[in-house]
Amino acid sequence: MTTTNTTTNAIVHKANTRGHANHGWLESYHTFSFAGYYNPERVHFGVLRVLNDDRVDAAMGFGKHPHDNMEIISIPLEGDLEHKDSMGNSTVIKNGDIQVMSAGTGIFHSEYNKNPDQPVKFLQIWVFPNKKNVQPRYDQVTLNVNDRHNKLQQVLSPNPEDEGVWIHQDAWFHMGRFDKGIDTTYAIKKAGNGVYAFILKGDFTINGHELNQRDGIGIWDVDQLDIKANSQDAEILLMEVPMDVA
Amino acid sequence: MENLTILYLGMHPEIRETVVRVINGNGRWRGIGAGSTEEAMRLFLFEKVDVLLLGCGIDPETEARLRKDMLELAPSLIIIQHYGGGSGLLLAEISMAVEKHHPKTLNPSL
Repeated sequence: MTTTNTTTNAIVHKANTRGHANHGWLESYHTFSFAGYYNPERVHFGVLRVLNDDRVDAAMGFGKHPHDNMEIISIPLEGDLEHKDSMGNSTVIKNGDIQVMSAGTGIFHSEYNKNPDQPVKFLQIWVFPNKKNVQPRYDQVTLNVNDRHNKLQQVLSPNPEDEGVWIHQDAWFHMGRFDKGIDTTYAIKKAGNGVYAFILKGDFTINGHELNQRDGIGIWDVDQLDIKANSQDAEILLMEVPMDVA
Repeated sequence: MENLTILYLGMHPEIRETVVRVINGNGRWRGIGAGSTEEAMRLFLFEKVDVLLLGCGIDPETEARLRKDMLELAPSLIIIQHYGGGSGLLLAEISMAVEKHHPKTLNPSL
């Protein structure tokens, strides 16, 4: 089965071609090779290495496990995700929050569904860092989701003083929720970067490509993306990342 | 990718233990761990190591010297930078590196 649709400067990953793991308590869709899913055509998009679309059953979760040398971003979509780590952080994140960890020289953390009676759904995104062996760090912010209505809201950047969380990489993430028929453009922040767009909900046209819920498209060698929402309350995540893995 | 011996070098003891356990969880691979370059070189000299997996906490100069010394002794050694510190990326990292070095391993038709 062909899992990718590549044009000159774009690659489309349809939702139903993603890797899939169902462990009962955990159901995960992997855009890129992860754990038991290995597809040499699907390993990374630039420095974007992991895009996991996870559902965890009530009161279940990932016990204590380690990470190093990776920028790890969690974006809750539904429910409450409880996080505890070896730096002493103990938090609960929910829709509207974004969490980041720079794993650096090594951390341990656990992630559990805080709720006893409903699942939690979240994206876990891993980005290769531009600097190895940094001091581990944790951060989270609560964003005003109204600030992404019919526009793109920055949720992550390389700059600690900027809007959203920051990471050790020349990457910018934006989220948007659009009414049907609304057009917008996204201008590349750093020359040479590409953008991986992930459709959270609804339908979009991006640079001429028709995309539906949970489809992804990676685009490079462009200055901007032309984005149109084709359904009401369509939601999108844009991840601008360097294309060269150091 | 049968019967690979993979030497993991990383300075974080718990992550080292985790990575070696994950490697050994794959029936075709044998994982051994080192927490210093001296220990890594000692294991390298006494074991038939196919893959050196570099973990966290190694300074760039030490890493460069280790790469040079080991490749002089074993030019076919596969050296991989491991990212993530656990199970998520190991399979792909190792599979891709082995495929790159030994295409027939994964594609017998080549």
